Amino acid sequence: MPPEISRADVARLASLARIELTDEELDHLAPQLAVILESVAKVSEVADADVPPTSHAVPLSNVYRADELRPGLTPEEALAGAPEVEDQRFAVPRILGEEA
Amino acid sequence: MTVTTLVSYDDAVAQFDPVLGLEVHVELNTVSKMFCGCSTEFGAEPNTQVCPVCLGLPGALPVANESAVEAAIRIGLALNCSIAEWCRFARKNYFYPDMPKNFQTSQYDEPIAFDGWTEVELDGETYRIEIERAHMEEDTGKSLHVGGATGRIHGAERSLLDYNRAGVPLIEIVTKPIEGTGAKAPEVARAYVTHLRELMAALGVSDVRMEQGSLRCDANVSLRPDAQSEYGLRTETKNVNSLRSVERALRYEICRQATVLADGGRVTQETRHWHEDTGVTTPGRSKEEAEDYRYFPEPDLVPIAPSREWVDELRATLPEPPAVRRARLQEAWGFSDLEMRDAAGAGALPLIEATVEAGAAPQAARKWWSGELARRAHADGVELAELSITPAEVAQIQAMIDAGRLNDKLARQVIDGVLADEGSPDEVVTARGLEVVSDDAALGAAVDQAIADNPDVADKIRSGKVAAAGALIGVVMKQMRGQADAARVRELILERLGQ
Amino acid sequence: MNELITRSAAELAELLAAGEVSSVEVTQAHLDRIAAVDGAVHAFLQVDAEGALRTAADVDARRAAGETLAPLAGIPIAVKDVLATKGIPTTCGSKILEGWVPPYDATVVKRLKEAGLPILGKTNMDEFAMGSSTEHSAYGPTRNPWDLDRIPGGSGGGSAAAVAGYLAPLAIGTDTGGSIRQPSAVTGTIGVKPTYGGVSRYGLIALASSLDQAGPVTRTILDAALLHETIAGHDPCDSTSIDAPVPPVLEAVRNADLSGLRVGVVTELRGEGYQPGIEARFDDALKLLTSAGAEIVEVSCPHFVYGLATYYLILPSEASSNLAKFDAMRYGLRVLPDGISEPTAEQVMAATREAGFGPEVKRRIILGTYALSSGYWDAYYGSAQKVRTLIRRDFDAAYEKVDVLVSPTAPTTAFPIGAKVDDPLAMYLNDIATIPASLAGMPGLSLPSGLADEDGLPAGIQVLAPAMADDRLYRVAAALESMLLEQWGGPLLSQAPELEVAR
Repeated sequence: MPPEISRADVARLASLARIELTDEELDHLAPQLAVILESVAKVSEVADADVPPTSHAVPLSNVYRADELRPGLTPEEALAGAPEVEDQRFAVPRILGEEA
Repeated sequence: MTVTTLVSYDDAVAQFDPVLGLEVHVELNTVSKMFCGCSTEFGAEPNTQVCPVCLGLPGALPVANESAVEAAIRIGLALNCSIAEWCRFARKNYFYPDMPKNFQTSQYDEPIAFDGWTEVELDGETYRIEIERAHMEEDTGKSLHVGGATGRIHGAERSLLDYNRAGVPLIEIVTKPIEGTGAKAPEVARAYVTHLRELMAALGVSDVRMEQGSLRCDANVSLRPDAQSEYGLRTETKNVNSLRSVERALRYEICRQATVLADGGRVTQETRHWHEDTGVTTPGRSKEEAEDYRYFPEPDLVPIAPSREWVDELRATLPEPPAVRRARLQEAWGFSDLEMRDAAGAGALPLIEATVEAGAAPQAARKWWSGELARRAHADGVELAELSITPAEVAQIQAMIDAGRLNDKLARQVIDGVLADEGSPDEVVTARGLEVVSDDAALGAAVDQAIADNPDVADKIRSGKVAAAGALIGVVMKQMRGQADAARVRELILERLGQ
Repeated sequence: MNELITRSAAELAELLAAGEVSSVEVTQAHLDRIAAVDGAVHAFLQVDAEGALRTAADVDARRAAGETLAPLAGIPIAVKDVLATKGIPTTCGSKILEGWVPPYDATVVKRLKEAGLPILGKTNMDEFAMGSSTEHSAYGPTRNPWDLDRIPGGSGGGSAAAVAGYLAPLAIGTDTGGSIRQPSAVTGTIGVKPTYGGVSRYGLIALASSLDQAGPVTRTILDAALLHETIAGHDPCDSTSIDAPVPPVLEAVRNADLSGLRVGVVTELRGEGYQPGIEARFDDALKLLTSAGAEIVEVSCPHFVYGLATYYLILPSEASSNLAKFDAMRYGLRVLPDGISEPTAEQVMAATREAGFGPEVKRRIILGTYALSSGYWDAYYGSAQKVRTLIRRDFDAAYEKVDVLVSPTAPTTAFPIGAKVDDPLAMYLNDIATIPASLAGMPGLSLPSGLADEDGLPAGIQVLAPAMADDRLYRVAAALESMLLEQWGGPLLSQAPELEVAR
């Protein structure tokens, strides 16, 4: 069953991904993505329930660092690329936030 | 918004059965952050404790702090959890400026500790709280909202971000639904958070100072008609920044939800925000759709597989469980059950312990912390531990009483001074001139004066009515502005009058 | 053309050691070459002449003082612009990072500096390493030195073109699904993707965290081995890096004996979709291997046919998360939305990402967001991770029967610029042979197998080995290389047309 992905779906995903797509892009992307999705959908055919997933190519585990201080960046270095700085902090436009 | 009269709390819990859920975040006191070597010290200048990793700079990679993992395991063990044989970190993806990578490295369906329980005592009853999970995650940066009227996010023009706190290790502890607390739900919640705080302090894994944010609580509650019914829709309340708030916020939410339900409405499943100043919760920003976090295993970190040997080693380092500790202290101090319960309830146990260690007698320490100081804390709306007086200082004051330099009344004035940040007890005594006068010459003069001014009372005493001395003592004490040892005054009076 | 620039790094090292030439001379010769031809090739996004010459002079001084230096000390190198270089702008071929100057060095870069290699500059790439042609660079494409109207491969087209066009004797590339190997195949150079975890990813701006690896781009196998040993090895700053000795790749080059070696030809990695001229050169190479004592065995890896689908689910998923950090708040581009007087942070983020990301990047972010979203997770990302296991099992089964696997590196030679850029799926097919090893975390190497008859353009042969057996790649490649050199009478690159020098 080929997956259906509508323009509205793409708009919703763009919002989740914080990209303000233009109308033109929204027009183009949906069919392009549908084609790609169709070709990748076949993975679900062959992926049996009892096949364990691979999240890491190399079977490492328990890699830690000691709880020690290491030199970091100076505030100047940290803020060097910032679009806007105020009071040694990153200045950003007003955040909509979680309070009504 | 129209102001509705809320159903009273008693009515609310008469009509409905509350079910609670508590999510507590513990900020660990490791030297360095969860995934990098930056300092976790509180209060540094902004953006002075950052590096490519915790700033989320392109190309930077995390490496797990072994002590944080150790602390997570110990917390899990202290909560009687199973420790995962194999688990992974996961990315929780969402955009927010205080989160440099716009995903939080956390744990999703593979927490390091799960299926535990702990017991909380309240008013002589024991409540068993089931623990769903405890998992590791990283803290976010801090934002300052500027330009608006209140300094809060609403109406702010812009925000200023400080990433010193980003990446500090957090352990999130989530309870399973807490049932059967009935009308005591808010108090049980408060007792649970207090208990967790004690546990974390005993483990030595956190400063657990709610006012500094090293212990945070989100409180969930739902109502149902009775204990046999299905769970109702629940709300999650954030910004609960003190033990008091835990209780107050839940009380309010229960009343609010009961009001909605009693009116025939439905509770909106949402996140709400507690306001300590107005004593209400307000709804969070309604989002068009629920946030989809798109969790997937963190590919930049490898699985954590704590060996059973390591877990056993850590189990052996656990401090005695609070109940056991409490029993031991009670015996050592000779407190009654009621005294012990009051002290524990006020969060005074660690303070009493420290005061005793500083040299005071247990009962004296209890008297101050469970009594006078607890009253002050309550009046000021702060936690006992937040008062500007230390156990050492309390012990010093008690020592002065024991040495006769102060009496109770004067001691209270010294406490006033210390709480007002006037200095150490000694400094306050000197500055305010509060020392008990033990100079017999000065006392004698006052006694003579009192006798001279009250000849009838003096006669009574001369004739054997020793009890009448009380009136003269009062006069002298007044004259001395309370700075006299009443017992000595009495002696002098009786001496003078031939008794 | 200064003949110095056609030497291999190993040859230059000999000249430097013998005092016949200085590092400053060698470095300057390459800077001159860049000035002369890079206007046309556009391999470089950033050239750091000052820094490179400073390092060169420093190495010369240390050599004169009798210090023992690393094998490649004083030999200039180009670095793909996906690796953080302190003080040098690092853009990942994207507008969203235009002018961003990292405050730190990637571990690979640190190791190059410690070994004394002057860094000539940063090379062009498909934006955020997403592509197979370098046409998706926000700064314009790089052109293939063999034919300037053709693509140099991608995403690391800049590094490959730099080495192929003698602008640098060495380069560092990165490979996620073929981004080192495929450009090498179409430019007649050598490219290696080490075992995943073999080279540190600290400072390698992430595309797909579970697939990315940095590796050498060179003109000879010996050079690749020397560079491999310079950059590989455990890094405590990278949790996924392997804490074990670097496989003995240099030794393998010097002892390239193929007698008794079992070489597997993968059924699924040839045939339909592969250009006949490429297959012809591949078959020729097999004959050479046989003549050197190897045994050729046909092996089937049935799940490889799902490789492309698996890759194009895992990569966008991880990338959609990795690229979330580019949000205009802390560094990089900040664009304000049109017509909004007091935009919110969210609006600025969305406007910036719209303006700063190119179409391929946006496509993959949306795809990845979809594949990870609730309701689709199991069918897409979840399934892909399982198929990854199946692909690895195919490899494991194959390596029971053979020591190495071989295939054509890429299905086509360098296609014209613009030919596939509007057809994403057609573009994705370029990686069909390189993807399986990436998914399994296993090492792969591409070396030139010759020129395709139909167009006279380079073809590549890919060698694959089990994880941590990178040395086997070098053993096979070294033997094959020397036989091919004999056949050609000299390096294949000497058959490339001379690049026109800018006046």
